[in-house]
Amino acid sequence: MTHSSAAISGLLCLVATTIAGETITIKGSDTMVRLGQRWAEEYMALNKTAVIQVTGGGTGAGVAALLNSGTDVCQASRDLSAREFELASKKRIAPLRITVALDAVAVYLHKANPVESLSLGQLRGIYTGAITSWRDLGGPDHRIVLYSRENSSGTYVLFREVVLKNHDYAPEAQTLPGTAAVINAVAHDRYGIGYGGIAWESNVKHAMVKPTDTSAAVSPTDANVSRGEYPIARKLYWFTNGEPTGELARLRDFVLSDTGQQIAAHAGYFPLLTNVVEKTEMK
Amino acid sequence: MKPLTFKPKSRWREFIGEKAISMSAYAALVAIFLIFIFIFKESLPIFTDPKVRQEASLDRLFLKQPFYEDSERLWVWQPTSDEPKYSLMPLFIGTFKAALIAMLFATPLAVLAAIYTSEFASKRMREIIKPTIELLAGLPSVVLGFFALIVLASILQDTFGLVFRLNALNAGLALGITVIPVIFTIAEDAMSAVPHSLRDAATALGATPWQVSLTMVLPAALPGIAAGVVLGFGRAIGETMIVLMASGNAAIVSGSLTDSIRTLSATIAAELAEVVFGSGHYSVLFFIGTLLFLFTFLINLGGDLVLHRLKERLQGRSS
Repeated sequence: MTHSSAAISGLLCLVATTIAGETITIKGSDTMVRLGQRWAEEYMALNKTAVIQVTGGGTGAGVAALLNSGTDVCQASRDLSAREFELASKKRIAPLRITVALDAVAVYLHKANPVESLSLGQLRGIYTGAITSWRDLGGPDHRIVLYSRENSSGTYVLFREVVLKNHDYAPEAQTLPGTAAVINAVAHDRYGIGYGGIAWESNVKHAMVKPTDTSAAVSPTDANVSRGEYPIARKLYWFTNGEPTGELARLRDFVLSDTGQQIAAHAGYFPLLTNVVEKTEMK
Repeated sequence: MKPLTFKPKSRWREFIGEKAISMSAYAALVAIFLIFIFIFKESLPIFTDPKVRQEASLDRLFLKQPFYEDSERLWVWQPTSDEPKYSLMPLFIGTFKAALIAMLFATPLAVLAAIYTSEFASKRMREIIKPTIELLAGLPSVVLGFFALIVLASILQDTFGLVFRLNALNAGLALGITVIPVIFTIAEDAMSAVPHSLRDAATALGATPWQVSLTMVLPAALPGIAAGVVLGFGRAIGETMIVLMASGNAAIVSGSLTDSIRTLSATIAAELAEVVFGSGHYSVLFFIGTLLFLFTFLINLGGDLVLHRLKERLQGRSS
């Protein structure tokens, strides 16, 4: 009896806070869903009245939601494009960029693949279709099978910018929904290669990456990413409509605090080096 | 014998009941119509908006294009490239390949199962087989897609030594499983609907059960079976989740059934979440939706017409 009445009053409380407009919605990058959820959980544990909803859908979906005033925070694993800023100003929305964490993209190989390291140039050759056999990379004489993310993914865009230098992916590149699907595909495919978040624990091998053909291979470890030596790294952003106020401002401060950054590190991302990286930037 | 008596209902209650039922029927009709109008309206910029037309005019969608200077003319689907490329041909080819494999796999199995169930199975077997196959239709496609992604793909690759693990064959076979119950149910109904007077006549002339089923029942039910195949084809073209998970989604133009494919429906599913409202990419995705709507509508309409004609024919003969 008391149990159910407590549950009901809890529900009423939830409804009340929802009506009071204290709900903060966070939407966007699939890479950052887990991170956003971790932050939201911890923040809600500290602030009982706050209600935070976190959903994914891809960076593009988050941006679209921000531009349509459908979310308070857009989590983005890439910067907004000039076109998106243009569209935002047309819709009288002023996206404020907040750098919230660092992430690196790992290159996945099958565990039985003898290739250990690849240069950025080789990766570009592989993904644009110029290099088609593992033999050219010191591996077996077999065609390379390319796995990629679908083009709504921020990781897809980052990889295209940093590795492909904005060239198109080869048409043979197979696109899969989600990082987990890419890892799964590579884990089952001896001749496969894929890319995605570094935080995913998996049964694939992470290739070492050489920034240039002659430089030393860098493995995607925490230290190497934090020091900026691993070449396929990126910042993870929050975009809000103008300077956050009230609950949202407190949430932002929490995320950028040492506690918030520790949570990011625990979730498998990389904390911001607070003395190096800018916190917010108005575009 | 006591004559059956019905208690007369009041007129206005009957009137309201009748109107409520017809209203809900009209509501369904209007909903379908509005959905089509919406999808078509969103794809209109391809025909009207000069800015969109520059990126995605009809000949850019359907004809081979030279995308860079001196490069050969190609069909390429790269909508998020610096220079967006919207050739629909790789998607048509992919959709057709998947549907073709699904039909080649499902049609013989479903028709044979229907022959067995309606002609030879004991009543008890029939009551086990029919609901079981029809249960397949209720299987969530995401489950089948997952099965194809994890299990079927590895089996096919190991058995045939395929280069691509996720390919048209893999997706087509999984798709076939969803098509089987569609064909089976309609084919079985069509064969069971062949009047007993015809069977009895054939048996009286000395035909064996095999002769009755293959030379008499099967031809009589053929339009029904054809309708089942056509409706199954419609299902195979529109199915999204399985092909999204199991086909690899690479837009390749080739005739090989073991290459990866990208289908129309999976393209919408993968890309619609990202597009900016009102952009060329957005219009093209809705244009694909319009095409899919038209395809499945025409296919289903054709299947229904054939079924309708079969019913008339069989009923005409038996009376």
